[in-house]
Amino acid sequence: MTAATLRHAAWILRGNPLTGIAAAGVFALVLIAIFGPSIVPYDPVSSDVPQALQPPSWAHLAGTDQLGRDSFSRLIVATRLDLTIAVSAVGVSFVLGAVIGSLCGYIGGRLDRAVGRFVDVLMAFPLFVLAMAMVAALGNRIENIVIATAIINLPFYIRFSRAEVNIRRNLGWVEAARACGDSHLSVVLRFLLPNILPAMAVQMSLNLGWAILNAAGLSFIGLGVTPPTPEWGIMVAEGARFISTGKWWLVAFPGLSLMLAVLCFNLLGDGMRDILDPRMRT
Amino acid sequence: MTGPLLRIEDLHVSFSTRRGMVEAVRGVTLSVDEGEVLGLVGESGSGKSVTGFATTRLLDAAGRITAGRIVFRGQDITQIPSGDFRHLKGAAMSMIFQNPRAALNPIRAIGQQLADAILTHRRISKDEARAASLDLLRAVQIRNPEQRMTAFPHELSGGMCQRVMIAIAISCNPALLIADEPTTGLDVTTQKVVMDLLAAIAAERGMATILITHDLGLASRYCRRVVVMEKGRLVEEAEPLELFHAPKHPYSKRLVAASPTVSSRVEDLVPDEERGPFLAARLAPKPAPAPGTPLLLDIKSLTKRYDDGPAAIADFSMAMAAGESVGLVGESGSGKTTTSRTICRLIDPTEGEILFDGYSIGHVPARDFHRSPFRKDIQIVFQDPNESLNPRFNGFDCIAHPLLRLGKMKPGAALTKRVRECAERVGLPPDLLERFPHQLSGGQKARVGIARAIACRPRLLVLDEPTAALDVSVQAVVLQLLDRLRREDNLAFLFVSHDLNVVRMMCDRTIVLRNGGIVEEGESRAMFENPKTDYTRELIEAVPHIGRAPALAVT
Repeated sequence: MTAATLRHAAWILRGNPLTGIAAAGVFALVLIAIFGPSIVPYDPVSSDVPQALQPPSWAHLAGTDQLGRDSFSRLIVATRLDLTIAVSAVGVSFVLGAVIGSLCGYIGGRLDRAVGRFVDVLMAFPLFVLAMAMVAALGNRIENIVIATAIINLPFYIRFSRAEVNIRRNLGWVEAARACGDSHLSVVLRFLLPNILPAMAVQMSLNLGWAILNAAGLSFIGLGVTPPTPEWGIMVAEGARFISTGKWWLVAFPGLSLMLAVLCFNLLGDGMRDILDPRMRT
Repeated sequence: MTGPLLRIEDLHVSFSTRRGMVEAVRGVTLSVDEGEVLGLVGESGSGKSVTGFATTRLLDAAGRITAGRIVFRGQDITQIPSGDFRHLKGAAMSMIFQNPRAALNPIRAIGQQLADAILTHRRISKDEARAASLDLLRAVQIRNPEQRMTAFPHELSGGMCQRVMIAIAISCNPALLIADEPTTGLDVTTQKVVMDLLAAIAAERGMATILITHDLGLASRYCRRVVVMEKGRLVEEAEPLELFHAPKHPYSKRLVAASPTVSSRVEDLVPDEERGPFLAARLAPKPAPAPGTPLLLDIKSLTKRYDDGPAAIADFSMAMAAGESVGLVGESGSGKTTTSRTICRLIDPTEGEILFDGYSIGHVPARDFHRSPFRKDIQIVFQDPNESLNPRFNGFDCIAHPLLRLGKMKPGAALTKRVRECAERVGLPPDLLERFPHQLSGGQKARVGIARAIACRPRLLVLDEPTAALDVSVQAVVLQLLDRLRREDNLAFLFVSHDLNVVRMMCDRTIVLRNGGIVEEGESRAMFENPKTDYTRELIEAVPHIGRAPALAVT
């Protein structure tokens, strides 16, 4: 991170303060994920039935659930799990998707057609149902949520990197790299991939929000993370039973957490594109 | 009507950018009479296109006319509301652009696009508009106009597309046509046909034309009056012959000197005081090769076919000795790019043999050639400097790349020293090495590309239109640089170009390619003075030269 990069980032943030807010939000989320579990006021899984279903108060900022567990502590602790699932799922699909997609875009021909059809088949499924089926088949474990989320995200990364590499593969600097003694593989990995990173970063940031929703969605319908583990999706699912009796806080706070997390990642995605693209610098 | 058709008075145009307001045009005053052809000449950034855009109100949102008047037929068009202006545009003045393919709608047949343009300004029936479109296609000399009416832009060649653009531009008989680099990117022969057509149409219809171009030769051939712009200012206005034989302003002098002519030599292109010390090198006699030395490059009946299509090059044979410079000339589609890439071993030949220094290298697959010991001996300089540098590498990384890969150097003081040496040899100031390509000018990028290519001391340098994307004054300096490097290192050049003047200056021998085959080859000077084939003669005659009387007598 050179001084020029920082200056550039500062310039972007001045023009688009939302990016700064989003970045601060994501930063806060990461801090909460790291330190949250050690600073929460209550144990997120121990029940205290006499205190059940209390509305928000100073003692319980987000109220308590049907077992008297402190919702605020559960929200904080859940951050780590939700972020871990989302980040690892997006990481896996990014790495696989970028490599497969770039190779397809660079080599073209039969490989490209074969992978293209596979991606088409994958995308023909309703993706959430596909994820459900995978988790159901592989077993209700966190690794499997990660795998399922990664696989349903894969087509986007493959298509994206394929298209981005394809438009660059005949540019002078790609040929120049070959004339300078790089193999095809090295051209793809060391030249083309870094050049499509800014665009991919945007995609990743947008995708992180979506992956959080996906993980929460799976837990909501009872696949994936199992109670009593604190997780935003489960909290919404459990709270939903009480919403008709006016216990709104059980659903509202985890829902709000989800919304804020997704919003921050989405806003950050747009801002990042501007910061990472060296052509935007002067 | 009295007075000129268009009078631009003290025009100032500014663009708002990240660094505040930037003045692109700083006080331009010029006038165009009815039926006159005015040449607006300048290099990139001179503000010539912006002047044209301001006149037709096509400035992008960031641009604003900050001062001055543009008086068209006695009316200041900077003051009239845009609704009224729309009627004026197209009907009374119209514009044609550099890239005709981009200016045409790709999903609409050209007949429909013509009719659209006509119907915007005239209240006539669709059938009448169709008939008028057909007449226009005939007027721009498109063969089989009835069939072409339903053709889409991608089915037409670049020259054809530009004719369609001209047809659209003249569809409502404008009094003023602004042509912004109308033939840049077209082959010389096509350029000549399109420009002749444009000039004939303008003369026939009494249409005033502003020809915006960077090519002095083109302006000299087709304009009666030429205006030279530099950095947003008008520096000289004169008749072409006067301007090219006795330029007054220092900038015009430099520009005229930098434009290659039929007789210029590389060292003539830059004024004495800016010339490097390379005359001595030129005078030193080239050492005769020791007997028995194999040819540097010997190509025997090379053929390249993509998939199962027709051969891009067929039965191509050539030979060159060390230190020799050979030009490869041809129009688009002649196979010159395929030839250069095959010789560089970036693509595989379908048939034929490539011998380098006596060793057969044609049989090493291109995918494995990066490991060949000859990789560092054959290097290439690419056409567009904007595209030939990795956007994520700064100048240093670009030049260091071949040294790390092919020269087996390790990052450290030795590498830094070597990169700086290379930069110095190509005249690139060391502080620019930290910059990324988008922070460098076209000429600086070209220098980085050349430094990268010579970093490992190759023996054969393939130059793929190395100056086609550069301004003439930058081209002049780059050509001199290349010439000097060649003499210093006894480099062999394979100079691929469509610019015949440049090839004649740079190359001992020239090969003319057409449709993948050799049409003519021989000693450059002799060939240009006395071409043996009609095709070569046609090519040579199509090149517009400065200093000659306008080819088209305007009546």
